[in-house]
Amino acid sequence: MSDRAAMLRGDTVYRIHWELGTDVLIGVCHCGAEHDSEDPVELWEWLLAHPDGHEPPSTDQPPVDPSAADQPPADQLPADQPPAAREPVVDRQPVGAQS
Amino acid sequence: MTFARNQWYVAAYGHEIGRELFGRTILGEPLVFYRSEETGEVVALADRCVHRRYPLSESRLEGDTIVCGYHGFTYDKAGTCVFVPGQARIPRTARVASYPVVEQDSFVWVWIGDRDRADEALIPRAPWLADPDYTTVCGMEPLAARYELLVDNLMDLSHETYLHGGYIGTPEVANTPITTEVDEDNKIIYVSRHMADAACPPFYSKSTGIEGRITRWQDIEYHPPCLYILHSRIAPVGVLPNEDGSDPDAFHVEVVYAITPETEHSTHDFWAVARDFALGDQEVSDFLRENNRTVVMQDVVALDILEQVIQKEPEDYQELSINIDTGGLAARRILKRMAAESDEPVKAAKAAKAAKA
Repeated sequence: MSDRAAMLRGDTVYRIHWELGTDVLIGVCHCGAEHDSEDPVELWEWLLAHPDGHEPPSTDQPPVDPSAADQPPADQLPADQPPAAREPVVDRQPVGAQS
Repeated sequence: MTFARNQWYVAAYGHEIGRELFGRTILGEPLVFYRSEETGEVVALADRCVHRRYPLSESRLEGDTIVCGYHGFTYDKAGTCVFVPGQARIPRTARVASYPVVEQDSFVWVWIGDRDRADEALIPRAPWLADPDYTTVCGMEPLAARYELLVDNLMDLSHETYLHGGYIGTPEVANTPITTEVDEDNKIIYVSRHMADAACPPFYSKSTGIEGRITRWQDIEYHPPCLYILHSRIAPVGVLPNEDGSDPDAFHVEVVYAITPETEHSTHDFWAVARDFALGDQEVSDFLRENNRTVVMQDVVALDILEQVIQKEPEDYQELSINIDTGGLAARRILKRMAAESDEPVKAAKAAKAAKA
């Protein structure tokens, strides 16, 4: 499984990836800030505290599109990435993401 | 506990509602349903006669009116009383509440809340259930447990390994990490668990004919409070979708739940399984219906026990949450927010009225 799947495409999406082979959860805010934790309760608290404690993405990296903050370009997606992460498939697109 | 009012809920399958009066309690509100003889539309009214509270669902239909089985008060489709016994004058307050209803994707959706806030566009979709390219089996099981327990259950599928071993659970489900996403504005929770190389549980091996190990994807899409969809993709190991998104060599199952609170301690557990293979094959349909119902009942038994346990516990009992609960925690938070928001306009209106007085 890819540990960086991204299915929802709204402007205010929080993501938590469980790192493969570890107990570590990586929280990714819609602002691009990231935080690691082994406790989902603590990690949700950090995410929902936005913008408190959320460092902006490093300035020596290219600007991040919030809707694809943690998503590599389509041609770099791992082979097991769901098709919707490459190109939305109409009947798999979350309903709310269309609005 | 507070319900999330001012929301759409599944009240029934369309096929459940006909020319017999049909009673069902939703969010603690007893409702009566029937299908209009004139238009074929589903009508939903409060299930209590305004006179002496006799259940209208225990009464009779005459055309498109309900005649109360106790004293004959008669109500039209809008809930207006059009006849009272023994007198010509019909009291102005003689009416029962009517509820907005929409039939969509095989479900009867009802709006529980302020009528003027009912917006059809807010109803989440489950198009596979009424799609000729899919074959669907479905059912509904009464759950003697609060709806939050069913939400918890469905948001964390690692329980399949333990509660549903031998049916849909295999060791890989509990052992595969998940990605959880929450769209705050659109109120959607998405949990992905993609197993690259997993054992094929009997539920899928017998229905698809796949022998050997599989690539198994589980993508949960929850539209709180009511609609839960599990996009399930099954394929032989290594078989992935094509670059263009087409996926002809995989088997797709859309497992849909509608989670409708009946009371604070009971829930209508609607379940449906739509597949894009073995279309119209009755043997496969019978197998999936029986097996999915078995799985649902395993959950029902467990959650009924849990409800009894919780009712005896102090309210401040501290649970422990771990990584598998990431999606469930998100769902709890959004439901709590929806419940808190559901009364806000009412409160605001009351405050404005009080300020004017």
